Amino acid sequence: MLTMIGKRLMFAIPSLIGVVIVTFLLTRALPGDPAAYFAGPAATKEAVEQIRKKLGLDRPLIEQFFRYTNDLAHGDFGNSLTTGQPVAAEIRNRLPASAELTLLGLIVSIVIAIPLGVLAATRPGSWVDHLCRVTTTAGVSLPVFFTGLVLVYVFYFRLGWSPAPLGRLDVFYSAPPTVTGFYLIDTLIARDLEAFRSALSQLILPATTLAIFSLAPIARMTRASMLAVLASEFVRTARASGLSPATVIVTYAFRNAMLPVITTLSMVFSFLLGANVLVEKVFAWPGIGSYAVEALISSDFAPVQGFVLTMAVMYVLLNLVIDILYGVIDPRVRLEG
Amino acid sequence: MKRRDFLKSVSGLAAGAALPAMPSVISSARADARSETLLIVSEGGPNNLDIHGVGTNVPGYEVSWNCYDRLISHEMKSGPGGVPYYDRDKFKGELAEDFKIDDMSVTFKLKKNAKFHDGAPVTAKDVKWSLDRAVSVGGFPTFQMSAGSLTKPEQFVIVDDSTVRVDFAKKDRLTIPDLAVIVPCIVNSELVKKNASEKDPWGLEFTKQQTAGSGAYKVTKWTAGTEVIMERNEDWVGGPLPKIKRVIWRMVPQAGNRRALLERGDADISYELPFKDFQEMKANGKLNVVSLPFSNGIQYIGMNVTKPPFDNVKVRQAIAYALPYQKIMDAVLFGLGNPMFGAAKDKATEVAWPQPHKYNTDMEKAKALLAEAGYANGFETTISFDLNFAGVNEPLCVLVQESLAQLGIKTTINKVPGANWRTELNKKEMPLFTNVFSGWLDYPEYFFYWCYHGNNSVFNTMSYKSGEMDKLIDGARTAAATGDAATYDTDVKGFVDLAYTDVPRIPLYQPFVNVAMQKNISGYQYWFHRRLDYRAMAKG
Repeated sequence: MLTMIGKRLMFAIPSLIGVVIVTFLLTRALPGDPAAYFAGPAATKEAVEQIRKKLGLDRPLIEQFFRYTNDLAHGDFGNSLTTGQPVAAEIRNRLPASAELTLLGLIVSIVIAIPLGVLAATRPGSWVDHLCRVTTTAGVSLPVFFTGLVLVYVFYFRLGWSPAPLGRLDVFYSAPPTVTGFYLIDTLIARDLEAFRSALSQLILPATTLAIFSLAPIARMTRASMLAVLASEFVRTARASGLSPATVIVTYAFRNAMLPVITTLSMVFSFLLGANVLVEKVFAWPGIGSYAVEALISSDFAPVQGFVLTMAVMYVLLNLVIDILYGVIDPRVRLEG
Repeated sequence: MKRRDFLKSVSGLAAGAALPAMPSVISSARADARSETLLIVSEGGPNNLDIHGVGTNVPGYEVSWNCYDRLISHEMKSGPGGVPYYDRDKFKGELAEDFKIDDMSVTFKLKKNAKFHDGAPVTAKDVKWSLDRAVSVGGFPTFQMSAGSLTKPEQFVIVDDSTVRVDFAKKDRLTIPDLAVIVPCIVNSELVKKNASEKDPWGLEFTKQQTAGSGAYKVTKWTAGTEVIMERNEDWVGGPLPKIKRVIWRMVPQAGNRRALLERGDADISYELPFKDFQEMKANGKLNVVSLPFSNGIQYIGMNVTKPPFDNVKVRQAIAYALPYQKIMDAVLFGLGNPMFGAAKDKATEVAWPQPHKYNTDMEKAKALLAEAGYANGFETTISFDLNFAGVNEPLCVLVQESLAQLGIKTTINKVPGANWRTELNKKEMPLFTNVFSGWLDYPEYFFYWCYHGNNSVFNTMSYKSGEMDKLIDGARTAAATGDAATYDTDVKGFVDLAYTDVPRIPLYQPFVNVAMQKNISGYQYWFHRRLDYRAMAKG
């Protein structure tokens, strides 16, 4: 098992090197001149040149690249020019915010989508099936920023049930000491129940927004895969042997239907983590997605490179976890395979 | 929910009878905190707390303004609508107790009890070091200092421990005002030097992350892109102690949410909202909306005069007659701007800037002029704008495109990403474009020097060169420095007239700075930098 994991990680190294090279070249190929941008609105040509020199952008590309990789090897992702902070520290601070939001959204989504998908598959054509189809279609066809804005409008602006969409905590609370970076966990560790409640109530709307959006792939995949499994011979055999419908569905059919669902989950998770930019924008969430997009807009190379690299590493790890999970769920699947 | 109730009851048992009282204690403490705290929401936040830093953005200027002191600052006067407005011509001491202007120098006497945030006294050494820093670090701060002929460290002389003299390089009316802008802020030199390195002799890395000044506020927490928290400096001597104890400045990227936060009463102040929102909020009267014109600022349509067809003055005049001025005011700005067009035919040119020109939308005249220039069937061109300000620029360019189509001019709209805009401006190749220029120093000759002078600065976006124009601008600058009012007046009138007959750029309007705030917030002041000054504000 461990040698397998080691081998998998070894295979990831060439792709990571590829990612480093491609992001470096891509960011340099972007239109826009960071020196002119950061020299400010009132800069002369000389001022722009001074800035360019300070940023090291006057050097040949190959030299810039070697300096960049050398820094990377020392764990230095460079400095962001827009926020003025080291990229590594910013990603470390922001990743938990995005991860907490995405995980919670995903959990909410799973809790709703999987039973919905299973029910829809066991009663095709019934009202449950139609409900499943309508909610998932509606969820996936509404753009996330729209769902987010509607939720804010209704639950914050109109009804006043939800707190102001001002990020992870109410303005007048201070953040708990960082242990995991997840406020829900850290506030509990710090035994600060008021802050916990504040963090949770700030999370509800954005997590719901994400959940609504990710319902569709999970529910549809569960339904499709359940339908296929329910039509297979071992289920027929199980039924014929007189097992109760619950045992047939949960123990035999569902477990076999899980594999494609797990694959979908991993895709949905990684997709949400990178793509919840819009939700982060709507809820002023200090996450990693909005950080990367802002950097991109201002031709700020270092954060973009850092972001892509972090995402690449996360994809590698996620795939590894999924592969291991396969083995756990289905003994027939071996990591060698 | 159940689980939490359970946890609560368990901890409640442990804490005994004290628990029921707790939430109310916390809530009332929070209520107190709220009444002494100003909560600001805006789209963007600072990237650097020091205006001398590399590429410090405009929100960073706001931090510098409130957390650092300058030697002198402006007095206030009553501006449009009774809103306090900085007085261009009157100065008062901030760190300086008094100052004496001589023929070729100015001498500042420092306030004796002035202290930096760490308790160190503010001395002449700090002043010299800070001004040296401003003229030496390069980039924007050095450029801004040079606008007031402050270019060399030798100009700043320590007379004694609490006296500093600034020697003039040449007679320049802008030297004193330039000492009151944000850049010449006084930095705690000992503290910063301790944290400087050989590679970074001015300690820019240190002051990027924390404030090291003597100003009315100090930054206690800064999470880039998320929030800035500032606390009042109880020992501030630059003016009367501010009423607001704490400022929390949160970045809320979504304009709709900023409006919702204001209307629900959760946020105290916001700017950077769409014009339509400001106009609606103004109309429903729940909030105070202040709209004031940018001092010395204009949004304009510029034309590259080095290339056909805009090298022909007739074509430029035709365009000036073809622009849909009123439509832009109504549909793009919702009335929130000062028109810079359609002055009466017989109106005499004033010694002022900005002032409206006499062009108006008149398609017949435009067609005639275009025919005279030999373009009766029109031509093809491209109009460019900065996507960072797409909210205004995009509809504006669409209206211009529509209007020019009536003359047979086919216009393609070119949207330039914000990061790229300055590069494009510098290249000076865009044939037709819209842009804003506004100067911190509110003097006509300052505006014209940057925008129309033949030395072709970045802001002379039209590459306009005219010997006569240069003579008038230089004449006005010299006349201002020597106090020759008569020559100054004729020269200013002269260059305004010339700018309007040659029309390399067509002014559209003077933009407004819009700020929306709760009714219980008072003390908003308009400053040339257009950012908030917390020091005069009060809540309740």
